[in-house]
Amino acid sequence: MAIALPILFPFLLILILVVVKSNRASQLIAVSGSAALVLIAIYLFFEVKSHGILTLDMGGWPSPMAITLVVDYLSVLMLIVSAIIVFVISIYAIYFLPGQHKSTKFYVFFFALAMGVNGAFITGDVFNLYVWFEVILISSFVLIIMGNSKEQLEGGIKYMALNLIGSLLFLAGLGLLYGKTGTLNMAHLAQILRAEEQSVLINSSTALFFIAFGIKAAVFPLFFWLPASYHTPNITISALFAGLLTKVGVYALIRFFTLFFVQDQTFWLNMLLVVAGFTMVAGGMAASAHYDVRRILSYHIISQIGYMIMGLAIFTPLAIAGAIFFMMHNMIAKTNTFLIAGIIHKIKGTFYLKDIGGLLNQSPFLAVLFIIPAFALVGVPPLSGFFAKFILVKAGIESKDYIIVAVAVFTAMLTLYSMIKIWNEAFLKEDPNDNQSQSKVVKLGFMHFLPSVILGLVSIFLGLFAATVFDFTTQAANQLIDPEAYINSVLNYTMP
Amino acid sequence: MNSIILQLAAKYVRFLLIFFAFVALLRGHNYPGGGFIGGLLATLAIVYYSYAFDWRSVQKKLFMKPQGYVAVGLLMILLSFSPSLIQDETLMKGIWVSIPFGLLGQLKLGTPLLFDLGVFMTVIGVTLLFFFTLTKRR
Repeated sequence: MAIALPILFPFLLILILVVVKSNRASQLIAVSGSAALVLIAIYLFFEVKSHGILTLDMGGWPSPMAITLVVDYLSVLMLIVSAIIVFVISIYAIYFLPGQHKSTKFYVFFFALAMGVNGAFITGDVFNLYVWFEVILISSFVLIIMGNSKEQLEGGIKYMALNLIGSLLFLAGLGLLYGKTGTLNMAHLAQILRAEEQSVLINSSTALFFIAFGIKAAVFPLFFWLPASYHTPNITISALFAGLLTKVGVYALIRFFTLFFVQDQTFWLNMLLVVAGFTMVAGGMAASAHYDVRRILSYHIISQIGYMIMGLAIFTPLAIAGAIFFMMHNMIAKTNTFLIAGIIHKIKGTFYLKDIGGLLNQSPFLAVLFIIPAFALVGVPPLSGFFAKFILVKAGIESKDYIIVAVAVFTAMLTLYSMIKIWNEAFLKEDPNDNQSQSKVVKLGFMHFLPSVILGLVSIFLGLFAATVFDFTTQAANQLIDPEAYINSVLNYTMP
Repeated sequence: MNSIILQLAAKYVRFLLIFFAFVALLRGHNYPGGGFIGGLLATLAIVYYSYAFDWRSVQKKLFMKPQGYVAVGLLMILLSFSPSLIQDETLMKGIWVSIPFGLLGQLKLGTPLLFDLGVFMTVIGVTLLFFFTLTKRR
């Protein structure tokens, strides 16, 4: 029963928030509700740890017929990280959403997005996954255009149009798959397709799913919607998207390409490897060309997606464990950089790096907060990013994919370059407007910094306890590489 | 629009459409139909009526705003989960009760019907919201 809570609980919160009129009350409900989501995710984690893979067949129908919810290690790790992000953003929104975004309305769509993301992580049914993608798409579209500005509408429509194409391809691939196999239950599909030697028939759906999830995950030739839209909404919403949206696409890629698209494996894995390399470099290069903090960070998301795809493409247990570790680290650190960009904006009134400076003297605490996710993203040893990249590079060398390893290391340099650029321009440089606007200095309370502090601590925690976390991601990877346990625990009703 | 034919037609067609909306809703348990289609048919009745008459009078007849319909619909969906939780069954399992009606046989009511009604209400609310927004009749 508890398995359905990550979906049911946000649904309940939405219903409550629709009725609540007062801003203050809705903020209180949102923060406590999202804290409860974190607790639910942690509870599920311990359940998975002690009982193995959890399944729930909705409506009590036998398994391949029912919509099955499945929680394995990968799902539960993603649930925890996304719940942490949701919790942090729910606090951040109180202080950083401008007045014209009514809190009550914002939180309704905020939890709709959270519900969609959680649903996508725990569903065991391909069509149900499609439904959750639609929930995510609609609620995120509403969130983008919430400020009602022309810029946001433009970004929102680009986002919606390109993602709808992705959804269309997803639906087409899903239909083909159903036509060929007669089932959409993931475990049942895996059981059928893994026994199938012939790959010709499956490749058409694989290609469609590859492109559909590629669009959602913003990989190399398909990422255009992301930089077109992410810098337009309020920074709170950008931060939420940075943490959750593309990662659902990556999750779906990992799930599908480990569970049942295993026929023409060498071809598809090489394809993924090439895409991963180009994604990393293209994102990194584009990031270094920009001077708007939000644009730098948006291109950066793309570059980091490349690492996750790289882990999937190498396809050893170590590499997939690394990819999952990287995903957890990246969701936390990336969101944190966006939160800090929001704080910079609050202090300086702009996101444009050339117009800001002198933050190191003005707010040393902010500098420390920026250093943590920036160093984590670059991969400086005690922080989470180092271990994530180290595992991926090690896996790459072990499987003799030297080119992708070289690309990954080169991209780390690009990351370092763009982080140093933000550091130099925003923190070290003298403030260009020093002599005019010194009179009004914005003072921020501790609560403004709290979300960033929490995420910073999680980043450090992931680095310090990397061995423990890596154990769990390894178990997740083992469950993915050898999906026997997954298939059996879902279908145990039908094959005693 | 001030067409007497349209107004006269709307008065009767409205009942017909709403009747068939409920037919579709109830039929949907085992045959094509269901909450979504029923909801669309019911909305059609309201939209048709609002073209024939003043839309303000239609909004008065709706008792509450379209958003209210959505909220009530979602609440019904959530409520339809609760019997399965109380009886400690799998989530969303259909729970049925039958009420005897003497000579008429018996009336079977279940949570799937409540769920479908929720969908019905939500669809009406959302479609009306689209309609009123797009025609600037809010």
